[in-house]
Amino acid sequence: MLKIENLHVAVGGKEILKGLDLEIEAGSVHAIMGPNGAGKSTLSYALAGRDSYEVTAGSVTYLGKDLLELDPHERAGEGLFLGFQYPVEIPGVSTMNFLRTSLNAVRRYRGLEDMDAVTFLRLVKEKAAALDMNPDMLKRAVNVGFSGGEKKRNEMVQMAVLEPTLAVLDETDSGLDIDALKVVADGINALRSPERAALLITHYQRLLDYVVPDFVHVLFDGKIVKSGGKELALELEEKGYAAVA
Amino acid sequence: MAVTAEARKKVQDATGEYKYGFYTDIESDFAPKGLNEDIVRFISAKKEEPVWLLDWRLKAYRGWLKMIEPTWAKLHYPPIDFQDAYYYAAPKKKDGPKSLDEVDPDLLETYKKLGIPLREQEVLAGVAGAPKYAVDAVFDSVSVATTFKKELKKAGVIFMAISEAVKEHPDLVKKYLGSVVPMRDNFYSALNAAVFSDGTFVYIPKGVRCPMELSTYFRINAENTGQFERTLVIANEGSYVSYLEGCTAPMRDENQLHAAVVELIALDDAEIKYSTVQNWYPGDKDGKGGIYNFVTKRGLCKGRNSKISWTQVETGSAITWKYPSCVLSGDGSIGEFYSVAITNNHQQADTGTKMIHIGKNTRSTIISKGISAGLGQNTYRGLVRVLAGAENVRNYTQCDSLLLGDRCGAHTVPYIEVKNPTAQIEHEATTSKISEDQLFYCLQRGLSEEEAVALIVNGFCKEVMQHLPMEFAVEAQKLLGISLEGSVG
Ligand SMILES: Nc1ncnc2c1ncn2[C@@H]1O[C@H](COP(=O)(O)OP(=O)(O)OP(=O)(O)O)[C@@H](O)[C@H]1O
Ligand SMILES: [Mg+2]
Repeated sequence: MLKIENLHVAVGGKEILKGLDLEIEAGSVHAIMGPNGAGKSTLSYALAGRDSYEVTAGSVTYLGKDLLELDPHERAGEGLFLGFQYPVEIPGVSTMNFLRTSLNAVRRYRGLEDMDAVTFLRLVKEKAAALDMNPDMLKRAVNVGFSGGEKKRNEMVQMAVLEPTLAVLDETDSGLDIDALKVVADGINALRSPERAALLITHYQRLLDYVVPDFVHVLFDGKIVKSGGKELALELEEKGYAAVA
Repeated sequence: MAVTAEARKKVQDATGEYKYGFYTDIESDFAPKGLNEDIVRFISAKKEEPVWLLDWRLKAYRGWLKMIEPTWAKLHYPPIDFQDAYYYAAPKKKDGPKSLDEVDPDLLETYKKLGIPLREQEVLAGVAGAPKYAVDAVFDSVSVATTFKKELKKAGVIFMAISEAVKEHPDLVKKYLGSVVPMRDNFYSALNAAVFSDGTFVYIPKGVRCPMELSTYFRINAENTGQFERTLVIANEGSYVSYLEGCTAPMRDENQLHAAVVELIALDDAEIKYSTVQNWYPGDKDGKGGIYNFVTKRGLCKGRNSKISWTQVETGSAITWKYPSCVLSGDGSIGEFYSVAITNNHQQADTGTKMIHIGKNTRSTIISKGISAGLGQNTYRGLVRVLAGAENVRNYTQCDSLLLGDRCGAHTVPYIEVKNPTAQIEHEATTSKISEDQLFYCLQRGLSEEEAVALIVNGFCKEVMQHLPMEFAVEAQKLLGISLEGSVG
């Protein structure tokens, strides 16, 4: 589904990713771990096509397409979803309106009609309930005044509504309380299917207790330095990155 | 004629933004070009006005001759040649509002294209919950149709063209015309008083809550023609009315002048909510053409605990010069001003409000949202004045500016004059840009750059938009997006 080869990415003229390779098959869940500043978020932004993240070398193929050729909103239309490490506030725009605008934009990209208001409302309520989000929050402006955990949960509601083909979740587990972690993990697991895949960026083993990954990778100084099964996460937690990298 | 129409259509398709830029080919009556006393007399005669009104116009005209154009606004445009325009244009055949059946089908078609329902039957037969609001349609210099008159009459509400009101309710018109905006208040109000051609008159009797939204739809059609309408709204004791005006004009290469005057009077415990969606032709990408919009709007909270609320969404015009104001003379009266002004390409806006606190315990709120894109220049200019006798006045002012790109400008010019120490005045101002974070977040959720900007801008304007009547809020939201087209990337 996704094939990254020799990816080099520079931010502000500084090279952050230095030849990264990664392949993700449909149906699988991959986890990426790595120290602060290793380039994990940089990878997620580069995949999503953020402007200031300059790909200086390498290639990314997604569902048979050259991902790097697509505009950011086209990548979203193709089913790529990024769960932000720091979700952004949009004052004055209700979460509900944001969700609807987003869903319909993606639907239009795929040649579908806008979802009618009644169906949409039902869908959102159902997804919010599954993720234990208070429906009142949907009326509030996107992420404005949300607590850290609420913001992360809001990312998951968006993911649930958009049903992405490839979800890249950047530290979605950070800042969640124990109950919330469980709920979010259920949300991720609910999307597991043979056609979909997920890339989880995390610092903690505990998320991986609930969402069991097929592969774990260590990102260190802009490269994948080690890959393994789910046991690698346990090993990392025990020994730290220095021992592994 | 067909060729020009086609050419126009092509231009329109090429630029894409301004969908109201078409021209209706209709035979019109014009006054001779230029302005002098004879033109003033011509207009008055066309309207079969009483002598007092002609005298009033002439007095205004003579006053105007001695006045000079204001130059204090942050607006740049070549000198206006006031002799190079027509001051009166009216569709032939129909020179006054008739029943709807008699209205020229070409005109009905025009309003249909503009999305303005003039046929009551269509509205009435429409789906349940379809917006029902009364419309006065002003086409160039005259009112061509007013809907729902009968139903309003039942409630005692007078809603008609001002030219008609002069004949049918002369006492009311005489009493209030020029009572809030004196004829020689300023250069443009004097010009308007001399040559105003039509506009709307509204009177809500004591204790009546107007049963529907009232609206006037202004359309400039004829070439080289100025539009000078005058609106007068009187809300008697304990009454309530919500009134909305919309404006469009064809796309033309030359600039056209629009100088309106609006006067509102609220008596004891009365409330007037006045909303404007101004979408005059803004000119093309290179700043060619567009309406020069010089408007004087003022409301008098004459009665105790009366309230006047202005909401404006200003997306059109090449030049906007307008300061809808409240004179809070009744004790406990309230003035509000909610404004969104967008300037894109070469548009310039200098807009804001004046809140004049005369009565005790008077309160005012000002929320202004300015959005600049392209080479647009946007100035908020506002005055809060508290007179010596006005005890316990409160004012809250918030001015936010949003910049799209780095070639546009936003300016805030607040004037605060307080002569009573008990006043509490708060002023907040911010200037921001759409952050790259917000934009990317939206793009990642599938929105195109233009959709993303429209969404973020609508969010930025929410505190103002939520004061628009429901029926128009959606339209206004779309308009914001359209007005900003081509401003990103
Ligand atoms: N605009 C920029 N200019 C220079 N360096 C930058 C810029 N943006 C990011 N960086 C640097 O790139 C490196 C990688 O950042 P990134 O956010 O990808 O790390 P991360 O692996 O996600 O870390 P964390 O675990 O803390 O989230 C960091 O050293 C960061 O300071
Ligand atoms: Mg990170």
